[in-house]
Amino acid sequence: MADLKKHDTPLLDELKKGPFPSFVDDLETRGKGGVQCCYDLLGQLELSYVHKETHWKHGGIVGVFGYGGGVIGRYSDAPEQFPTIAHFHTLRVNQPASKFYNSKFLNKLCDMWDHRGSGVTNFHGSTGDMILIGTSTDELEPTFYDLSHQFDMDLGGSGSNLRTPACCMGKARCEYSCLDTQAICYDLTMTYQDELHRPAFPYKFKFKVSGCPNDCVAAIARSCTSIIGTWRDNIRIDQKAVQAYVGGEIPPNAGAFSDRDWGAFDLQKEVIDLCPSGCMYMDGNDLKIDDRECTRCMHCINVMPSALRTGVDCGATILNGAKAPILEGAQMSTLIIPFIKMEYPYEEFKDYVDLMWDWWMEEGKNRERLGELIQRQGLAHYIVDILGREPIPQHVKEPRSNPYPFWKEEEVPGGWKRNLADFRARHLA
Amino acid sequence: MIDTSMYKDDPGYNIQEKLDIPYDPTLADREYNPQKPMAGRLTDQGPPHYEQFFPEVIKKNYGKWLTHEFVQSGVIKYTSETGDLMWVVRCATPRLITTNLLREIGEIADKFCEGVCRWTTRNSLEYHVTDEGTLKDLIEFLNNFKHPGGSYKLPIGGTGAGITNIVHTQGWIHCHTPATDASGMVKAVMDDMFEYWNSHKLPAKLRISMACCLNMCGAVHCSDIALLGIHRKPPFVEDDRITGVCEIPLAIAACPTAAIKPAKVTLPNGKEVKTVRVNEPRCMFCGNCYTMCPAMPLADEEGDGVAILAGGKISNRISTPTFSKLIVPYIPNELPRFESVCKIVRNIVEAYSKGANKYERLGDWAARVGWERFFEQCQLPFTEKSIDDYRLAYDTYHTTTQFKWSSHTDKLMKEAGY
Repeated sequence: MADLKKHDTPLLDELKKGPFPSFVDDLETRGKGGVQCCYDLLGQLELSYVHKETHWKHGGIVGVFGYGGGVIGRYSDAPEQFPTIAHFHTLRVNQPASKFYNSKFLNKLCDMWDHRGSGVTNFHGSTGDMILIGTSTDELEPTFYDLSHQFDMDLGGSGSNLRTPACCMGKARCEYSCLDTQAICYDLTMTYQDELHRPAFPYKFKFKVSGCPNDCVAAIARSCTSIIGTWRDNIRIDQKAVQAYVGGEIPPNAGAFSDRDWGAFDLQKEVIDLCPSGCMYMDGNDLKIDDRECTRCMHCINVMPSALRTGVDCGATILNGAKAPILEGAQMSTLIIPFIKMEYPYEEFKDYVDLMWDWWMEEGKNRERLGELIQRQGLAHYIVDILGREPIPQHVKEPRSNPYPFWKEEEVPGGWKRNLADFRARHLA
Repeated sequence: MIDTSMYKDDPGYNIQEKLDIPYDPTLADREYNPQKPMAGRLTDQGPPHYEQFFPEVIKKNYGKWLTHEFVQSGVIKYTSETGDLMWVVRCATPRLITTNLLREIGEIADKFCEGVCRWTTRNSLEYHVTDEGTLKDLIEFLNNFKHPGGSYKLPIGGTGAGITNIVHTQGWIHCHTPATDASGMVKAVMDDMFEYWNSHKLPAKLRISMACCLNMCGAVHCSDIALLGIHRKPPFVEDDRITGVCEIPLAIAACPTAAIKPAKVTLPNGKEVKTVRVNEPRCMFCGNCYTMCPAMPLADEEGDGVAILAGGKISNRISTPTFSKLIVPYIPNELPRFESVCKIVRNIVEAYSKGANKYERLGDWAARVGWERFFEQCQLPFTEKSIDDYRLAYDTYHTTTQFKWSSHTDKLMKEAGY
């Protein structure tokens, strides 16, 4: 405490103002409590605000024995000014599925991280892990020892590993969920521990599980394999409740529009006319849905959750290949399996994972994501030759508009070996 | 109830007894021997089973929820087929939090919610209560729970047709590649947008995301509004250290435009070394070379700044998931409060709020009125930087005679003397 040193941070002090939670105040309070590294962290950030450049060095390979991921090395490039953050490594800790915690866990984790590291965290990293920010190389093994022995916790993924799978809150709270998202996420995490901890892939690989097409974990935008709940049967309709929405007794969209006067609820305009497939109509006072034409976009269910429910014959739609823009441009996941039952122990799904990974590990170039490999070698090749699945119109938005499919020799009668002399006998050159 | 029978033998299943034992700060020092790292080592045990952290009301009603309602911004009421009711209070966190705040989060959970809390995918915190009296007390407590500087520690909101918490990356607080700061920009933008955080007055939900470089740890590419740190100067090449710290072929292969070529140079000390040269006009400033090679830094106080993309979404509701589009190519890093970013975000949100139909997401509104009208109504200049010239650029070409007259064509007409 005696030589606690607070750096001047006039720029960062401006970020204490305003109503949104101030991370500056949080770090400074901790610094004031005797934790020099929080003062040094703010000091270095202030320096970045002055220089408009980062003051963290590039990488540095650190880790725990036997694992090829879960720890990110980080070193300050101004260690003389900020000695307590000279080493400031990060650990990714695999979160419990859907991120419920209790105070016993949080308190014990705080005791551990105050002892082993800076006490600075992210709840959570973008992929879903708890992130423990800031410790020295010497503390990495003891921190892992503590996590594994005193918490039954494990590290998450980084590098060319399976990244920590993530899911929405699913059936824990949401009536829309067509999948037991936590169970799937947990099972995949446990099944693929080796892939999660030991890099054997061309690059990162991500599973994300959303319970319905609202896709609250953004599976379709940021996972190599997006598992998104859907149903095959009919939307369940409570006609009385539909009329309660029409009569204004229940606010539309669960009250999501409550702070603005949008006028009385208009079932025709707000639900039937906005249905992207036009599969809804009124028959007298009854709302009807032609379920065969429904694309399960969730709009009508979102607007009238007390009247409409997803079907009961549920499973997942599997899409592949999403990624952020580096390198070939951003990709959304593309539809591969329209419907698969996701029931424990998920063998049908795991058989598909084996085919996918075998191909990607064999053919993928260094740092090539699955979505990029699909682009490079062709979606049709992946679906038909690799996965052995039948091509269906649902695999494309529309058929190709160029006439250049790659015919295979065996598809053409007589093959490609032809007799030129015979050809020329029919056609003068 | 949840069928957890298949997990009962799982070592990660029964964690509660372990959590009752206080943290032992000397255990690892006593038991872990760096000379014998495998002795007593526990690996591949994965996370604890999620069910052990559920509050009782969720254990009982798992899979039985019937419907939900936002009773006010940030407060969700759930109804179960068992007749049970549950209220959830959602509050913002800045994601970057210390154990001081974590302990307080736990204390609040102990006081009001059986000790349980949950984080959302977008870094918000959620508390679960089962009676309205506790709900009222919890809301009152959170409304008075503030940092010394006056900001809320856990402000309530983030539901329905409003702006929920910004997902973001590390920025200058912890990353080696950023072109801007993340936590600071999020703080500035959310302060400015706070009236939309705790209200339901927009035409639909609006998702803002922030990534501090093109690596996009935050995957902002499908957001209503994406704030993205960008570089604008090609990398340095540190000839005197590149061979020591880089695999040169990997650096060359990392360039998507093949702008990096191998080279040999003679250093001032007369030593000839292998290095690379960058064909600078071909550089697209992605930073992928720096990811592979520490001797090719891009960061620069004048070059770096913020781009804004808009009109993306993830949900399949009504329209299909869509990428965000580049609408502002560059804004300088204005520290500490990113005034221009905040002003542009506000212009976009207000124009959208005024122009969009109920249920219409930002990108659907822009597509309906036309992007020419979008730029006009958001008071944004259109520049050639928004015209794609990368892969698949043709997808964005305007191959129809249908367009709207706008300020852009008015200007052309005037200049042509029509």
